[in-house]
Amino acid sequence: MSTKRIEKIVGKAIPMPRDDIDTDRITPARFLKSITFEGIEKALFCDERENTPDHPVDNPAHKGANMMFVGKNFGSGSSREHAPQALKRFGIDVLIGVSFAEIFAGNCFAIGVPLGVASADDVNALIRQAQEEPETHFTVDIGNSTVSYGDRVIPIDIQETRKAAFLAGTWDMLANLRGNLPQVEEVATRLPYVTNFDSEAQ
Amino acid sequence: MSKNTLYDKVWDSHTVARLDSGQDQIFIGLHLIHEVTTPQAFGMLKEIGSGVAFPGRTIGTVDHIIPTLSQIRPYEDDQAERMMAALEQNVNEFGVRFLHLDSGKQGIVHVIGPELGLSQPGMTIACGDSHTSTHGAMGSLGFGIGTTEVGHVLATQTLALNRLKVKRIEVTGALSPGVTPKDVTLRVIHDLGIKGGLGFAYEYGGDVFDAMSMEGRMTVCNMSIEGGARIGYVNPDQTTFDYLEGREFSPEGEAWERGVAYWREIASGDDAEYDDVYEIAGESIEPMVTWGINPGHSVGISQPLPEVGSFAGEDRKTAEHGYEFMDLRPGESILGTKVDVAFLGSCTNSRISDLREGARLMKGNKVHPGVRMLVVPGSQQVKQQAEDEGLHEVFTEAGAEWREAGCSMCLGMNPDKLVGAERSISTSNRNFIGRQGSPRGRTHLGSPAVVVSSAVAGCIADPREMGEQA
Ligand code: SF4
Repeated sequence: MSTKRIEKIVGKAIPMPRDDIDTDRITPARFLKSITFEGIEKALFCDERENTPDHPVDNPAHKGANMMFVGKNFGSGSSREHAPQALKRFGIDVLIGVSFAEIFAGNCFAIGVPLGVASADDVNALIRQAQEEPETHFTVDIGNSTVSYGDRVIPIDIQETRKAAFLAGTWDMLANLRGNLPQVEEVATRLPYVTNFDSEAQ
Repeated sequence: MSKNTLYDKVWDSHTVARLDSGQDQIFIGLHLIHEVTTPQAFGMLKEIGSGVAFPGRTIGTVDHIIPTLSQIRPYEDDQAERMMAALEQNVNEFGVRFLHLDSGKQGIVHVIGPELGLSQPGMTIACGDSHTSTHGAMGSLGFGIGTTEVGHVLATQTLALNRLKVKRIEVTGALSPGVTPKDVTLRVIHDLGIKGGLGFAYEYGGDVFDAMSMEGRMTVCNMSIEGGARIGYVNPDQTTFDYLEGREFSPEGEAWERGVAYWREIASGDDAEYDDVYEIAGESIEPMVTWGINPGHSVGISQPLPEVGSFAGEDRKTAEHGYEFMDLRPGESILGTKVDVAFLGSCTNSRISDLREGARLMKGNKVHPGVRMLVVPGSQQVKQQAEDEGLHEVFTEAGAEWREAGCSMCLGMNPDKLVGAERSISTSNRNFIGRQGSPRGRTHLGSPAVVVSSAVAGCIADPREMGEQA
């Protein structure tokens, strides 16, 4: 079975200070019309990027970042899966914030994006660090539940069952299901309706 | 925990593995797909380079977005056109059978599954639409799934699921004249609430269900989800077998005999144990109609509208909102409420028996001049059958519109919509604000009989009081 363990993420960060950033700002509603997620990363914060010349997402200093530091209640509002999809497809592998909306958190888990929760002070320190020294490489350690840079180590909270699934590589439900395809075949052979009760074929 | 019910037997025979998440991996016997919930799921398959694991166990059609008037391509609504084109391309690319408009078999997924004999007892049936519970009428476990899960079924023919508890809903005695399966299901939701079924599968049984037709059972199972139950089923019996015999995908000859034997086995045993049982006396059920903004907001048609004080907590706020939005008052009668639109259709009530019942009452009457009435068969086969029987003429002569098969005014995804604050009486299953396509539109749910009596009267009317028809 293919394992997709998520243990450690190292890289630069995009700072997104401000609370209550809802899914409509992350991916504006008109993108819900699109019938695939392909290219949805272009929608990421696109409305506010248009009106904000030095938006953190466009700031060249943060180019190549693979994590995002956010405020309180990130991902609130409509339950659209487009928001985490856009973040992931943009290249964000982990988010650290003060709190996250529940459905958003569930949708992130389903696509393998860990969320770490830290105190407002710690998150502010991370945001400032990323703003002032954008080249800083942060390390998110899922197993130890920490984010660190230089010699500073900040504790984060990751929901226990999700953390276990990230570490074991079992967060990807589709991969789990596919891993059992031989047993699926067996069950199909046992069910008489699969051959429409044609006993010869069984 | 329930024991030896149909639910338990089907669950156990379909279990592939126990997953780390604590869920069971369950084999899906039949996967029905349509244009709305599949494009992203097929996209997911392409991204991981997977095919469809059991293409023979998936079948597609088009229903939600299909216009019921002019079906000329490209559709006027380009979102609809894009969904349609994506489905056509995906079924081609992945080798999935597709019942398109030219097949003569297209229709609402929950109408065509049973109609073609695709939905059979003892199966697990999944579809990206909440009203998949309909197929429980066949003695199967049918349930709605989300887009991600549609992808899981396509790629593996399985789903990760939590086992449900089983609640038996026993309707004893007999229904009074003029009372229909739609009234039974509205009454169940009225009594148990729209969240009463959360975490449960409903097993419907008792004298009333034993005597009920297959299409009536479909109407009841269809709305299980409106009471919070993802699954609702009736045990297979002779009525089920008689319905299935000779349908396109039903087994034949010796295979048929083997099928019937298996289906008898799969029914709940005499010693079955349930997590809960709820009983309703059939005689106590009246024609029901909804007054508010969820399917639990219903009332016996001759009863006064309930006092807000009879609701507790959050429900009281919803009830107040419901009265305000619907412009109705507690204590008054729902009878006489003027309607602008009458809709006979949807996967709840668009089968041939629904149209026959509607036509029987409509015959010799006229749709009230203030009412726009749409009659929309659930499938091309239903439409053909109805036309062979001349039912369409009964409706058109009365002044109703006779349309092509589709979901139509059940939801605002195709051109059939309420306009402004129009008020409708509808045989569909959801009276949520905005459901019929206008943010201010107001929906009352009822049986085909109530829809016809109201269309004729121009206001909500008791079908039992329509004059005896010749
Ligand atoms: S008729 Fe209505 S409830 Fe049924 S499948 Fe179509 S949209 Fe869904």
